[in-house]
Formats: sequence, C-alpha cells, structure tokens
Amino acid sequence: MRVPPAVTQRAVVGLMWTLAGLTLGVLLFIIAFVLWKGLPNVSWEFLSAPPRSMGREGGIFPMIVATAYVTGLGVLIAAPVGLATAIYLTEYTREGRLTHVIRFGADCLAGIPSIIFGLFGFVFFVITLGMGLSVLSGALTLALMVLPTIIRTSEEAIRAVPRAFREVSFGLGSTRWQMVTRVVLRSALPGITTGIVLAVGRCVSETAAVMLTAGSALGLPRGLFDSSRTLSLHFYILSREGISMAKAYATASILVVVILAINLFAYWLMRRFVAKVR
Amino acid sequence: MRTERLIGLVLAALAFTAISGLALITAFIFKEGFPLMMKVGLTDFITSSDWYPREGHFGIFPMILGSLAVTAGAMAIGVSFGVGVAILLTQFCPPRLVGVLKPAIELLAGIPSVVYGFMGVVILVPLIRENLGGSGLSVLAASIVLGIMVLPTVISISVDALQAVPRPYYEGSIALGATEWQTAHMVMLRAARSGIMAAVILGMGRAIGETMAVIMVAGNTIALPRSLLSPVRTLTSNIALEMGYAAGDHRQALFATGVVLFVVIMILNTVALTLSRRRARGASR
Repeated sequence: MRVPPAVTQRAVVGLMWTLAGLTLGVLLFIIAFVLWKGLPNVSWEFLSAPPRSMGREGGIFPMIVATAYVTGLGVLIAAPVGLATAIYLTEYTREGRLTHVIRFGADCLAGIPSIIFGLFGFVFFVITLGMGLSVLSGALTLALMVLPTIIRTSEEAIRAVPRAFREVSFGLGSTRWQMVTRVVLRSALPGITTGIVLAVGRCVSETAAVMLTAGSALGLPRGLFDSSRTLSLHFYILSREGISMAKAYATASILVVVILAINLFAYWLMRRFVAKVR
Repeated sequence: MRTERLIGLVLAALAFTAISGLALITAFIFKEGFPLMMKVGLTDFITSSDWYPREGHFGIFPMILGSLAVTAGAMAIGVSFGVGVAILLTQFCPPRLVGVLKPAIELLAGIPSVVYGFMGVVILVPLIRENLGGSGLSVLAASIVLGIMVLPTVISISVDALQAVPRPYYEGSIALGATEWQTAHMVMLRAARSGIMAAVILGMGRAIGETMAVIMVAGNTIALPRSLLSPVRTLTSNIALEMGYAAGDHRQALFATGVVLFVVIMILNTVALTLSRRRARGASR
C-alpha cells in the first residue's frame, strides 16, 4: 500500500518539530539546571573573595579578574587586526589570488581546534618567545583564535553597507580612507560590534587553549607576565578533581550568566543593525 | 595621496596576519612533533597500540580509533538533528518562530564546552550507568555530548546552503504538484548538496577537535573501544591530559599527536572550503 504524500509530509514535519523541540529543550534544560543548582551558592563573598584551600572554600575573584584580563587583551589585539583585514578585503582590493589566500587563511584558522591553538601558544609564546605561562601568552593565543570570527563578521557588516553610500562619499570628493572611516564604518558599526561581542564570548568560554598558555595559578594576576586561572578553567578543575561540587555549580552559573548576557547583547545589536540597513 | 597609499599598505600588511598565523602554527606544531614521529617511525606511531611514555613507547592507534568512534557517533546525532532542524527552519517554520529558534541555536554555540562536559558528567553518565551498565563514561556519552555541540555548526551552515538554492527551484517543484516535503528532500536537499556536505564536514572537524567536554565524559582509558559503552581516549584528550607534566620525548609525542590531529583537520577544512566555494560558484551561475 502506498502512503499518500500528504500523510508522509505530516509525519516528517512532525518528526522535525520534535527534533527542534528536543534541541531547544536541551538548551533550556542546561541553562535552567546550572542556574538552579549554582545561583543559590553565589554570594557577594563568592564574587569578591579569593579561593581558599584550592577552591573548596572562598570565592572566585582572581578568576574573574584573570578572565577579564585575558579576554579583554585578546579581543583588544584581535579587533583592530580583524577589522583592518575586513576593510582591506572589501574596500582596498579586488577579488583575486591575494584575497583568496587571505580568506583561505582565515577560514582554515576558524576550523583549527582550540587544543592546537593551545599547543602552538605553549611552544611559541610561552617557550620560544619566553613569555612563560602568563596572561599575555593566553591573550595572544586567544587573539589568534578569535581573529577569523572578527574578520568574517566585520566583512559581512561592511559588505551590507549600500554601494550608493560609497558613491555619494566619493562624489563629494572624499578620499578612500575618509569614505571608509566616516561613511562605511559608521553604518557598519553595530554589525562589527556584534562580531567583537561574540569574540568576547568565545574567549570567556575557552578552556583548553588557556590551560596550556595562561596556566592555572590561583593568585590574582598583578601583571601581564603573571600566570593566572580563568573562570572556565577553574570550573573545569573544581569539577574534574572533585574539589567542591557546590563551588563548581556556582562558578558554572556565573559562566552561564555571562555567556547569556553576551549573547543577548549581540542579538540586540544585530537586530538594530539589520533594521538600520533595511 | 601619499597617506592613502600608506594606509593601503598598512591594511594589506595586517590582512596577512591570519594566514601568517596559520603558517606559524603549522611550522611550530610540525617542528615540535615531527622529529619524534620520525624517531618512532610514522607507521609505528600511528598503528601501534602501546602508549607507555615512560618506557618510550609511543603508539596512538587507540586514540585515533577513539576519536573516530566518538566523531562517528556525534555525527549520527548531529547530522540527523542538524539537517532536520535546518529544513524545518528554511521551509516549514513560521518566520516568527525562526526568530526564536535561530538565536537559541546561536546560544547553544556560545555555551562553554566545559559546561557541556559537566552536564554530561552529572546527567548523562549516571543515566547510562544505571540503564545500560558500565561506568557510564563511554563512547556513547561522548557521542551524545559532541552531537549536541556540533548542532549549531551543522544547522547554521545547512540553513545558509538551503537558503542559497534559487527560489524558482522551489516554486517549480510546487507547481508540478509536489508536496512541500517532496520538494524539500527531492529538490532543495539535492540542490544544496555540496553546502550540506560542507556543513557535515565542518561539524566533523568540530567533533574531532573538541577537547574538554570529551575528557570529562569519555573515560580516557587507553584501549581499543569494543562497544558503545567502552571508555575511550581521543587524540585531543591525550594531549590535554598529559601536557601538564610531560617533558622531553613524551612532550614531543604529544605534539606529534597534535600533528596527526592537525593534518586531519586541515584535510577536512580544505574539503569543506572547496565544497562551499563550488556552491558559491554554482549559485551565481
């Protein structure tokens, strides 16, 4: 007996809705579970005190600072370079072999796993350049890791700026650089910022690469060459070594809150950008 | 005019950062890992099952198999869910719901891998242990966790590929009397084939390269996996677990493990890039 196509369609679409529902369910479950288990263990003391007895007691203040340092510095390095690459690709050159090579580099870099970045950062920044396990080594490694994200999102944002804007700017007698900085970048700014915000998110959640480059010292980092442990690595160590489940949950909930905030912010920016371009 | 040229040059120089970074990574990983591979012998390194760093035995066959097993399992989950959701998003979902689902999937990509691993440990591993036996730390647990983790990659690239299919294909098929689903799997999926392959391959790259989540749920035993419930160690976990205390030949062997991983990833990347470039050219025609 042949099943009528309309029946097949209903069955298949039903199945696809189930899959989508499950995916959404997993996401909501992870967020709800971590927040529910973790937030009750979060207190002002937890956020503002250093850890005691390897993290069994006390708080996560040094890890928050370390995460902010490594992430901030990493993005601060990657953003100008990524933006410059995007401007070069879109405004200063024609499609050709050169742009192919540059894009190939960025695309490949985007696919490289973080543990390879970690290995590279370890042998290059930590050992060869003598920076040691430090905030700086970690930041440089992360900068290289998020560079492709920034390049791609900036490029898309710049390409979305209507051609007419550029023509008008040239028509008024501006140079190319004036056109780029005063017209193109200004309208592409929310799109570019979205990319940068997403890069911040990736830096905050990264673990493998910072483990091998920034190290896992518990103290507050006092300079660029201090080793320090980021939030995600601290969480990994707490849970993996079974130091304290309560503290692990609490740290995880902070991580999830930060990631949620970053993603919501990026989403909001993107919507503004899309509304503006239209 | 002079400043203009200077600006152009500076931008061009900065634009080469990514490709130079890639070159540096390649050079340093090989420089550290390759000598040991030669010392042990390339075939021995890849096909031997003896990993006793202290005695100088370096064979990563179990880890290669571990990575393959875990990746295959992840793809089974990631591709069926990912392509299904992508079809739903592009063809069957009302636009307002797309506005909810898409950011949710992007958020799924933002959650740290350690959190996935942790959820695997506290929820999934006990479930497997109680219902299926074994320790729970297994190929199965790792496959499920990785399957969820590769979803955003598979979905977003598949959606792009499906959206790039020219609209007349869809309209023509519907006009011929095909149902939406017949159109989806006979016309759209076929037309977007290379893009979806690219999505699958990039997802595979993600799965092979994931480290922290896998360490937490896969069990990390160095042995050939016998079933879905056996614990395994992957290439990535091998590096991350032992890098902390390795020195000398041992450290070089970990870099050599990285070389194997790197080569696999670069092959996957290149195939995926070629596929998506072919799609871009096909669409413009």
